[in-house]
Amino acid sequence: MASALASPASTLPLKVDDLVKSFGMVKAVSGVSIELRPGECLGLLGPNGAGKSTVIRGIVGRVIPDAGRISIFGSAAGSAEARAALGWVPQDLAVYPRLTCKENLRSFGRYHGLSGSKLDESAAWCLDWAALEDRASELAKNLSWGMRRRLNMAAGIIHRPRIVLMDEPTVGVDPQSRIRIFEMIEALRAAGTSIVYTTHYMEEAERLCDRIAIIDHGSVIALGTNEELVRGAFASRSQVTARFAGTSPEIAAWVERRGGYIVDASAQFTIANSTEIAGLLQDAAQCGLELADVSLRRPNLESVFLHLTGRELRD
Amino acid sequence: MISSIVRTSVIGLRRDRASLALSFLLPIAFFSIFAVIFGGRHNSTPKIAVIVVDEDRSSASQQLVHALQREGSLDVQARPAARKGIQQPEYTAVTAEAAVKTSEAQVALIIPHGFGQNPITLGSAQSGPSIELLNDSSDMIAPQMVAGLLQKAAITGMPLALAEQGSLYTGKYIGGFTPEQQKRMDENMARLRDLENESAANGQTPANQPTAANASGGGFVAVHPRAVVGENKDMVSFYAAAIGVMFLLFTASGAAGSILDEADSGTLDRVLSSRVTMTTLLGGKVVFNTLLAFTQLVVMFLWAWAVFHLDFRNHVAGFVVMGVCTAFAVATFGILLASICHTRAQLGAVSTLFILVMSAVGGSMFPRFLMPIAMQKAGLFTINAWAIDGFTKVFWRDLPVSALWPQVAMLLGIGTTLFLIARRIARRWEFA
Repeated sequence: MASALASPASTLPLKVDDLVKSFGMVKAVSGVSIELRPGECLGLLGPNGAGKSTVIRGIVGRVIPDAGRISIFGSAAGSAEARAALGWVPQDLAVYPRLTCKENLRSFGRYHGLSGSKLDESAAWCLDWAALEDRASELAKNLSWGMRRRLNMAAGIIHRPRIVLMDEPTVGVDPQSRIRIFEMIEALRAAGTSIVYTTHYMEEAERLCDRIAIIDHGSVIALGTNEELVRGAFASRSQVTARFAGTSPEIAAWVERRGGYIVDASAQFTIANSTEIAGLLQDAAQCGLELADVSLRRPNLESVFLHLTGRELRD
Repeated sequence: MISSIVRTSVIGLRRDRASLALSFLLPIAFFSIFAVIFGGRHNSTPKIAVIVVDEDRSSASQQLVHALQREGSLDVQARPAARKGIQQPEYTAVTAEAAVKTSEAQVALIIPHGFGQNPITLGSAQSGPSIELLNDSSDMIAPQMVAGLLQKAAITGMPLALAEQGSLYTGKYIGGFTPEQQKRMDENMARLRDLENESAANGQTPANQPTAANASGGGFVAVHPRAVVGENKDMVSFYAAAIGVMFLLFTASGAAGSILDEADSGTLDRVLSSRVTMTTLLGGKVVFNTLLAFTQLVVMFLWAWAVFHLDFRNHVAGFVVMGVCTAFAVATFGILLASICHTRAQLGAVSTLFILVMSAVGGSMFPRFLMPIAMQKAGLFTINAWAIDGFTKVFWRDLPVSALWPQVAMLLGIGTTLFLIARRIARRWEFA
C-alpha cells in the first residue's frame, strides 16, 4: 500500500485504465480510460446506454470489470480504502423513506464506520450543507422532491469522502433547488473534494465541470475542457440558427441541401466564416423561403455532444 | 368494450405468475393436503400406540393383553424398542407414564395387582382394582378408542373370567343356582378351562372365541382414565404455538421483503458501497427479524397468559429457548424467500403459498398426531412441526429445557442452512 501511494499514478484521486465490461452479449464498456485530478470536477456525458452508469458502478465497486483497472488514491475499487475515500450519490433516491433526514444521515454514517461525536458533527454539517437543518426531523418520504434530492446527496458525503461520484443529482428538480444543488457542489469543490459528475444537462456540465468526458458506445470519444471540446469538434466554425415563417417540405429539403438540420422547428447550420451567412440568406430568398429570424452563435457543449453522438434516439 | 377489459385482464393475469400461482396452485395444494388428511386413505391411518403394563400377571390379565394385541388398530407395546440390539426391560407404571408424557405412546394401560381376582364388573358393583388408562389430554380420540377396545377385548379375550364372574354375581344377587344348575355350570367352566389351557399350550386363539367384528362393547372392565399430560390444562398453549408460528412466518417474510424495497430504491447498492458487506447486511436483517418474531411470540403468549390463563410464568425458560430458536428459523426462512424473489409482489405470493402449505402439513391448522403417518413424516420438513413440538413439550408436557434439544438442534440447523442458502443466492445483489 505504501509503495502504491508513493507512485505518481496513485496521487491521482481516480484512475480508470482501459476498463472493459460486458453483460452477456452486450459490451457495456470497451476500454474506457479516464483520470480525475485532485480538486477537479470531471463531467461524464453520454446518451442513455452509453456506459456511464457502468463506469460509475465500477468505480464504486459494484461492478467487477472484465478487464482493466480502477484505482482510488492507489487502492483497488471496492477495497476498504477505496470505499472510505469515495462518496456516491446515485441517481435513485437511495434513502430510507420512513426515517427522518437526521436518522437517514446517521444510518449511512454508521455504515461508513462513523460513531459518537464524529457522527453527530458530520450529520449536522451535512444537514447544513444541504439546507435541511429545519427539516432534520421530517420523514424522508414527506420531503419535497428537491429536498429529497439534497438529502440523497448529503447521504453520499456523510463520511466526508475525498472523491464524490454524482449521478444526475438534479433530475426532476425545480430551478431553485437546482441552483442550491450547484452551490452545494461548488462548496464541496472549494473544500478540495474531487468530483465525477454525470448529467444530461449540458449547461450544468459547462457551469460545474473543469473537464468533460463524452462517452458513447462504451468508449470515451472526447475528453477535455469545454473550450477544447468545442474547438476540437468545430474549430473556429460558428452556428447559424434560422427560423422560417411557416413550415413546408420545401424548407426541409432546402435545409438538407445546404448541409443543415432542423431542431425544434429551427434550421441549424455550421459555417466556417461569418461571411457565409450572407450566402445562406441569399439562397433562401432565391428559393422563395421567408425567414422570420436568424442568429449567429459560437457552438456550445450541446453542439459538440450532438455532433459527436449523433441525433438518433438511443432508447 | 367489456370484452376489451376482460382481454386486458386475462393478458395481465397470464403474465403475473404470482397471481396465477395463488389462483390455481395454492387451492390445489391445499385441497390435496386436506384430502390426504381427511380423505379416503384409511389404510394410512396410524395405529394407536398403547403401552400395556401387566402388574397382575394373572391368567385373566394375560388373556386381556393377548386380546388387545390382536386388535388391528392398536400397536401394543410391552417394552421400549431395542437399543443397539439390546432388548429393553418391560415398561413399569412409572416408565409407562413417562413415555406418555414424552409422547412415545399415546396411551398406557396399567393392569394392577389383583385384577385377575375380580376382572369383570357389572354396573356399580365394582370391588376389584381398576385398570388405569394414562393419556395425553390433548389427544381426545386415542383414549376413547382404547377404552372402547379394552371393553371389547375383555369380552372377547376373557370368556372364562366373564363366566366365572357372572356366576358369582348370580349367586350374590339372585341367591345362587340349584344343585343341578351349579353342576352344569361347573362342568361348562371346566370345559372352558380345558379349552383355554389347550389353546394356551398351542399358542392359538380358542376356536369358539368371538371375533373382534361381532363383539360388542360394554363396561365389563373397570377403567380409571388419568391424564398425565395436559392435566387441568386447556388447549390454549397448543394453539398459541400453532397459530403463532404461522403468523411468525408471515411476519418474517414480510419484514425480509425490506431488502427487496432497498434493492428497488437503490438503497441496497448505496449500503453495499459503504463498509457494509452482504453477509453483514443479511446478518443484520436476520437479527432484526429474529427479534421481531420473538417479540411477536412474547406478545402472543402474554396475551394467552392474561386472557386465557396460560401458565406462562412457570415456563419462561423453555419459552425463551423455543422462542429464540423458532424466531431464528422463521427469520432465515423469510430472508431466503426474499433472496429468491425479485419483487415485493412476487414475495407476497410465494410466501403465502409456502407458509400456508407448511402450516397445513406442519400442524398449525390441524394437529399432526391425527394425520396419516406419511403426512406426519412430511410435517417434519417444516419449521412449524418442530416449533409446535417444542412449545408443546414446554407448556403441555411440562418437560425441562434439556428435553428440548431435538427441536432446538433442528430449528437452529434449519435456520443456519436457510441462511447459508440465502447468502449464496444474494450474490446476485452483490456484484454485476
